[in-house]
Amino acid sequence: MVVAENFRIAFKALRANKMRSVLTTLGIIIGVAAVIAVVSLVQGLQYVITKELQGVGATYVMVLPAQDDNRGPGIVARQVRLTWDDGRAILDQVPGIRLMTPLIGGRATVKYRDRQHDPDFVFGVNQNWPEVSNYTVDRGRFFSRLDLAERRKVAVIGPDIVDELLLGPDPVGRPIYVGNLPVTVIGVMEKRGVSLGTDIDNLVFVPFDTALALFGRSAADQVQLRLQTDSAEVVEQVKDEITRVLRVRHRIAEGQPDDFEVVLQDEILKTVGSILGSVTAVVGGVVGIALLVGGIGIMNIMLVSVTERTREIGVRKAVGARRQDVLVQFLIEAVTLSLVGGGLGVGLGFALGAGVAKALPGDWPAAHVPLWAVLLALGFSVLVGVFFGIYPAGKASRLDPIEALRYE
Amino acid sequence: MALIELRDVRKVYDMGAERVHALAGVDLDLERGEYVAIMGPSGSGKSTLMNLLGCLDTPSAGSYHLNGVAVESLNDVELAAIRNREIGFVFQTFNLLARTSALENVELPLVYAGVHRRERREKASRALARVGLADRARHQPSELSGGQRQRVAIARALVNSPSILLADEPTGNLDSATSEEIMGLFDDLHGQGNTVILVTHEAEIAVHALRRVLLRDGRVVSDERPAARDGA
Ligand SMILES: Nc1ncnc2c1ncn2[C@@H]1O[C@H](COP(=O)(O)OP(=O)(O)O)[C@@H](O)[C@H]1O
Ligand SMILES: [Mg+2]
Repeated sequence: MVVAENFRIAFKALRANKMRSVLTTLGIIIGVAAVIAVVSLVQGLQYVITKELQGVGATYVMVLPAQDDNRGPGIVARQVRLTWDDGRAILDQVPGIRLMTPLIGGRATVKYRDRQHDPDFVFGVNQNWPEVSNYTVDRGRFFSRLDLAERRKVAVIGPDIVDELLLGPDPVGRPIYVGNLPVTVIGVMEKRGVSLGTDIDNLVFVPFDTALALFGRSAADQVQLRLQTDSAEVVEQVKDEITRVLRVRHRIAEGQPDDFEVVLQDEILKTVGSILGSVTAVVGGVVGIALLVGGIGIMNIMLVSVTERTREIGVRKAVGARRQDVLVQFLIEAVTLSLVGGGLGVGLGFALGAGVAKALPGDWPAAHVPLWAVLLALGFSVLVGVFFGIYPAGKASRLDPIEALRYE
Repeated sequence: MALIELRDVRKVYDMGAERVHALAGVDLDLERGEYVAIMGPSGSGKSTLMNLLGCLDTPSAGSYHLNGVAVESLNDVELAAIRNREIGFVFQTFNLLARTSALENVELPLVYAGVHRRERREKASRALARVGLADRARHQPSELSGGQRQRVAIARALVNSPSILLADEPTGNLDSATSEEIMGLFDDLHGQGNTVILVTHEAEIAVHALRRVLLRDGRVVSDERPAARDGA
């Protein structure tokens, strides 16, 4: 019998019980909607992170002071320190480093005339920052070696600051306050938007020493280092060398853990990947359960349907339907049911993903559900339909025509 | 060779405590073009016999040859094919599909015969016209009277040009005027060369047939061809 005919029969049967059909497929709808929503969000997240990390490249290395809670209990915690002296020692002793900048961050209010504003961060860096971190100055210039050497009171600001302080179309040269420190604006960073929860347009950069003056002595012990190696090939080697140099400088005995962390770009990618992986796994589990529940729902309703339509099955057999015709008919009905659920789920999931993406701050990319995710979701729906439909359909197909016709 | 040859056909229902011999050794030959009424009291095995003839059921013992084919040796697929092509079955309770138009009900055997949609439509329309329901093609069974429903069922039985029309108490659920109309239809179909076998326990219905087979307790107790209408 023609498959198209079976789909027609299936749709007719489902239309006859619209409410029941939708309720039955709720499990499938939820399961598929969850897949689609999560996939669209994970894709968005991956897009944002990858874009960000590709910007700095595979030669990007971060050195961070270790978190205190890394140390074992009972040991008297030595103050974790990472200083720019450490950075300079690394520059001296580790080959393969192209550029390095220290980084300290803190919070301070900026003021211009009667306007004031709290940027997300005030960062102290050196002249290498734009190149190390792939930032570009839009107007004016970044600090030079000379600005740093002479401890000039200058600042480079994000475009949001220009707006907030009403610095006008010509912000370069304006005198502003960063905390209590009077500085001159010498450049404005290019507009980048929000990235990973930080508004990078809402930042202020001052020379490293100026920042030390601003944030005090304790900040000098909590310096981060950002650097670019000569090539991607030497990254691992540079990491090992930095570790060696810092362990010596920090007098860390053999067997003791590092009091710092050297983080490579591909490690960040891996971490992100594993986080996204576990998110996906958890959601996958939830979805699996939803599909299972949905499948059992379909099996249940198909068994009901087979019982309700026992006479119909008898009639069909009496006029020449073979077992396989009846089997295929009910199987297609089950698949249609789960496929309709899958279709509704795709729509709902897409809407959910788009809604959440819209609610998230910043330039989260518009929800994009790749075709493979849709096909996968629909494919799984079909599988669920077949898997949970085969038993009721088999039952229908094996009905004895006489018994079926006599059924009340 | 006869169209139907039954030899010592038995049907036993095992009811646990007792065994019911619904058919206790039936021998029967039927020729192409016959018009037969199977009669007998309730429980005498008429429906059991019809179901066997219609290949809806298989005998417990004995042999059934239809067009020379030993039916008891056929598998599900082959039986389905015979039900589809050789047999047109008309039931007492019509057995039409609900929420399905008269036309689509009539089309059903053609669907399983693999006939294409357009040809199906044409043949089903013609069959409906033959039973006088051309103008009711779009109606659903719930919108038709009992007599009209049985006409639809007869059109469905006819549509695939079967060798035999089997009707198990086709007028059992109809009033006497409608019964006469339906019997008139069977008379016409027989006149057009169809083989018609019908079950009834009413003498007024049975007079339409040219041969009367009487069953009692699962056995043929008489088989007569009233001379008046013999040779038709
Ligand atoms: N499926 C069945 N299970 C058990 N007994 C049956 C079954 N079908 C018919 N019978 C018995 O077989 C006998 C003949 O039944 P049936 O052929 O329906 O008689 P009729 O149609 O002449 O009234 C009856 O005694 C009936 O109870
Ligand atoms: Mg009966």
